[in-house]
Amino acid sequence: MKKSDEHVLSQQFEIKGGDFSNAGKTSTSIKEILQEIGIDTSIIIRAAIAAYEAEMNVVMYAQRATLTLTITPERLCFKLEDEGQGIDNLDMAMQEGFSTATDEMREMGFGAGMGLPNIKRNADRFKIFSTPGKGTSLDLTFFLNQGE
Amino acid sequence: MSQYFHSIRIDTEKCNSRMKCLRVCPTQAIRIRNGKAIIIEEKCIDCGECITACPNNAIVPLTDPFGGLTKFRHTVALPSPGLHAQFGKEILPKKILSGLRNLGFDDACDLSPTCGEVSFAIQEYLRDYNGPRPLISIACPTVVRLIQVKYPSLIEQLIPIELPREVAARELKKKKSRQLGIKESEIGIFYLTPCPAKMISIKQPAEKGRSYLDGAISISDIYGPLLSALEEVEKENYRKDLEDICILGMGWAMVGGICRTLRIKNSLAASGIPDIIKIFDDIERGKLRNIDFVEAYSCPQGCVGGSLTVENLYISYNKVLKLIETLEFEQIKACPDIREVRKRFKENYFLIKGKFEPRPLKPLDKDLAKAIKKRKEKEDIYESLPKIDCGICGAPTCLTFAEDIVKGEAVLTDCIFNLPHKFADLSQELSELLSKFASLQPIRPNISKTLNNKDKK
Repeated sequence: MKKSDEHVLSQQFEIKGGDFSNAGKTSTSIKEILQEIGIDTSIIIRAAIAAYEAEMNVVMYAQRATLTLTITPERLCFKLEDEGQGIDNLDMAMQEGFSTATDEMREMGFGAGMGLPNIKRNADRFKIFSTPGKGTSLDLTFFLNQGE
Repeated sequence: MSQYFHSIRIDTEKCNSRMKCLRVCPTQAIRIRNGKAIIIEEKCIDCGECITACPNNAIVPLTDPFGGLTKFRHTVALPSPGLHAQFGKEILPKKILSGLRNLGFDDACDLSPTCGEVSFAIQEYLRDYNGPRPLISIACPTVVRLIQVKYPSLIEQLIPIELPREVAARELKKKKSRQLGIKESEIGIFYLTPCPAKMISIKQPAEKGRSYLDGAISISDIYGPLLSALEEVEKENYRKDLEDICILGMGWAMVGGICRTLRIKNSLAASGIPDIIKIFDDIERGKLRNIDFVEAYSCPQGCVGGSLTVENLYISYNKVLKLIETLEFEQIKACPDIREVRKRFKENYFLIKGKFEPRPLKPLDKDLAKAIKKRKEKEDIYESLPKIDCGICGAPTCLTFAEDIVKGEAVLTDCIFNLPHKFADLSQELSELLSKFASLQPIRPNISKTLNNKDKK
């Protein structure tokens, strides 16, 4: 057990809802970690976009969230759990172009209704659970040995 | 030979390890080892911040000395628009060019018409481009290096249009060799540069092609001699001299200068590495797809802020603006013929030879499992450090120090905050050692007395 543990990197990030001035910092830190470890550039780009979109969803819609990054030599996982309003209609939220963003958010260039579909498109495995009124959790997986 | 050419050298005689360079380096490429600054080659992007910061002038740009022109049968000075920005509308390019000829160059040419042509060529390229947006200007070699090192995913978005100085040098060589009946290799074309980074694009072009320029001379080296070599121009010739300037080209000296002259719906100009990094982060996240063209410079305000310029950067920025305003006011629009540019564009006259390649930093380890392990160790080490980034260990931040330890390039006891622990361990060891020799114990209180007595004798 111990031997495998030392090859698992796990790191937690706290994201605050409404904190637009720090928005993007978590996904930038994640990208830097992935670059240091030497993960393939094409995977880094996909992971960084997914992390950024997920981070922005928290900033725009939730109170707070914890993002747990886990890296093993085989895979990269993000587990994001937020406390917030949750999503009433998941099917609708997964459609491109659907958005509940306010005018203010749109003014800042967000709310094009591309967030969740964009995350799904970039991740190799995508799971979402939501309880309206309580919060949403996301499970994303990226496989690191695609060539094999 | 090292893998990467750099335009910056550290003069170890002069280096006093005052750590200014350590702190300003935007890519954390400097360390102090054995009391001297060293540069980590793979991390350095040749921005020149350290040159400006060093109080001892120990960091020297590797430009060509002014005076080494004898190697060539015919020499041409090709000043960057940044040189004209030092003088503005008071001393026009024509006067500067004749001053350069007085200094010993066989000829001197104004780059602004070629800059104008290249601006048009960029416009042509943008019109038919369908790939990911925005496209990014390659005018600043440091920005190109930054993308190669930190944003390999944006390499495709670099505009593959040759730089004005390269196009001009290529054409000048052809023309001069025909006119003078000498070989192209006998003609030396020297760029008068506002920054050392241009030197790397001459000695080791990012696209792995070759440069048509033969060297670069620092504007700060030539400024003094040039001032005394300038000749008075008669007033009535002023208007005529203005007409020689290409308004499209003058802007290349300052941030936003290319955007201003191009008819692009949506463009963005940025300068200074911290701000450029923010923009590139956003581009990578796909946030700026609505923008067509990004012009980015490592130096504040663009090339006018280069570390080898003389004039205050805000003043020279203003001088360029005033010169452009004067040209607009006088309705002088000496521009290259757009139809001619289009024709040449189709013939690939402006296309860059070679391809930009990514140059990502080495990961902590080639083996993914080991790299993960090292990254964890780095985090643990970092947590044990004081996190005040004092720099005494020789690394710019506690985080880079932790990285150096994991890579085996530093040891934990290099950290001054770890010294008390080291002393504690050593004294523990010492007292254990002493306790082994029980016979030493009785005379311990008398040691000092015995010594004193000996001294008196």
